[in-house]
Amino acid sequence: MVGPGKPVDTERFFVIGVNNLGSCFGSTGPASLNPATGKPWGADFPIVTVEDWVDAQARLADYLGIERFAAVMGGSLGGMQALSWAIRYPARIANALVIAAAPNLSAQNIAFNEVARAAILTDPEFHDGRYYDYGVKPVRGLRVARMIGHITYISDEQMAEKFGRQLRDGLNFSFAPEFQIESYLRYQGEKFSEYYDANTYLRITKALDYYDPASATGGSLSRALAPAQCRFLVISFTTDWRFSPARAREIVRALVENRRDVSYAEILAPHGHDAFLLDTPQYHAIVRSYLGRAAG
Amino acid sequence: MTISTRADFSTIAGWIAPGARVLDLGCGDGSLLAYLRESRSATGYGIEIDDAGVLASIGNSINVIQSDLESGLAGFEDRSFDSVILSQTLQSMRRIESIVAEMLRVGREAIISFPNFGHWSHRLQVLRGRMPVSPSLPYQWFNTPNIHLCTVADFDAFCAEQRFRVDERVVLHDARRVVLLPNLLGSLAIYRFRSS
Repeated sequence: MVGPGKPVDTERFFVIGVNNLGSCFGSTGPASLNPATGKPWGADFPIVTVEDWVDAQARLADYLGIERFAAVMGGSLGGMQALSWAIRYPARIANALVIAAAPNLSAQNIAFNEVARAAILTDPEFHDGRYYDYGVKPVRGLRVARMIGHITYISDEQMAEKFGRQLRDGLNFSFAPEFQIESYLRYQGEKFSEYYDANTYLRITKALDYYDPASATGGSLSRALAPAQCRFLVISFTTDWRFSPARAREIVRALVENRRDVSYAEILAPHGHDAFLLDTPQYHAIVRSYLGRAAG
Repeated sequence: MTISTRADFSTIAGWIAPGARVLDLGCGDGSLLAYLRESRSATGYGIEIDDAGVLASIGNSINVIQSDLESGLAGFEDRSFDSVILSQTLQSMRRIESIVAEMLRVGREAIISFPNFGHWSHRLQVLRGRMPVSPSLPYQWFNTPNIHLCTVADFDAFCAEQRFRVDERVVLHDARRVVLLPNLLGSLAIYRFRSS
């Protein structure tokens, strides 16, 4: 998606990817040292919101001397940030690309997040978020959280096609992984628990749950988006049931009500929510074409 | 991206006030909206279901919303557009009455163009026992997307039955206006009407 000659063409755009505040991949997060105590922040790291992330990015832009972005682009949680940019800093972005996102989480989305959090919070090695002090990690909780997450990222159709009811080596009437899907989920959970920080996971899911720009305008997304000035490209994927096309259309509808410039593409893709990370030709072509015009 | 113009564009543009808000249903590559943007400073949106059309519209810097017209215009408020246009798409739609009702709900007026099945060359081919194929109906019976073809007289009757107030009716052939015997000599009809 990003690179020389790619849809987000680094020959034409200077591209910045900002790690979220509270993350475990660069920006300050719960595993970072608290300068006051010399120990990891752990449970003391605040719960940050999508708006906090966007404000932090705006301050980074100030620091870098960037007054206005040609475009702000993001998928899923990143799409929520792009939307938030358009609302909070309307004069500072010319285009917002909101991909596989929703104007807020549904009860079902929050429910999945809550199960994932419960898995972490009830892991005996979580120690109220102070596990760094004990030299342990709540890996069991993280594994289960990731397994749940993975189920929601893939479509039923894709899961059937990739795994179906395939077995690894026949049935042995035990609780060891027998179906391929079980072994896939365990593998994903295992891998994730090795590199991801549990406190970060908890906070990211909370930021998602809290995001609801319409809550400030009496439930009206249209009024929430009234400050936005930029042009929008909204993209959804047909089999994404986590952030379904219907949710993306709510964003489009609110933008149309505000008479904003908006285009909307519903990409035929079998992969579910994960599709926004993949390279379906129509998806990439749309982004390429839109940004090609945006650069002009 | 080159922007093609169709015979009905200049007639439609003549009915669009400068700076008007328009909604173009089945906008294809967005060329009509691009034409109206250039010639009338019109703004608005196109609706298109086809992937290639959506991509081409974005390439033409048109606001395009990928959606199936058959499911209505639920994302649009009442009376939010000056004109709602259905250019050479009517004949391939399933539910004509409901889409026309939706057009008149979200727009103050509707503009619809369609190929005239009553053109003499079509009648002649039917008389010879064959389904018509012509520049305005360039398909064979087995591959045509057209399922609701009608004549100028049919559409006049439809408007009368629905009690629409027809403000303009232009019938063209080879991009020229046909005034005499339009239902026989015209191949493309363009109507501008509103609820009465």
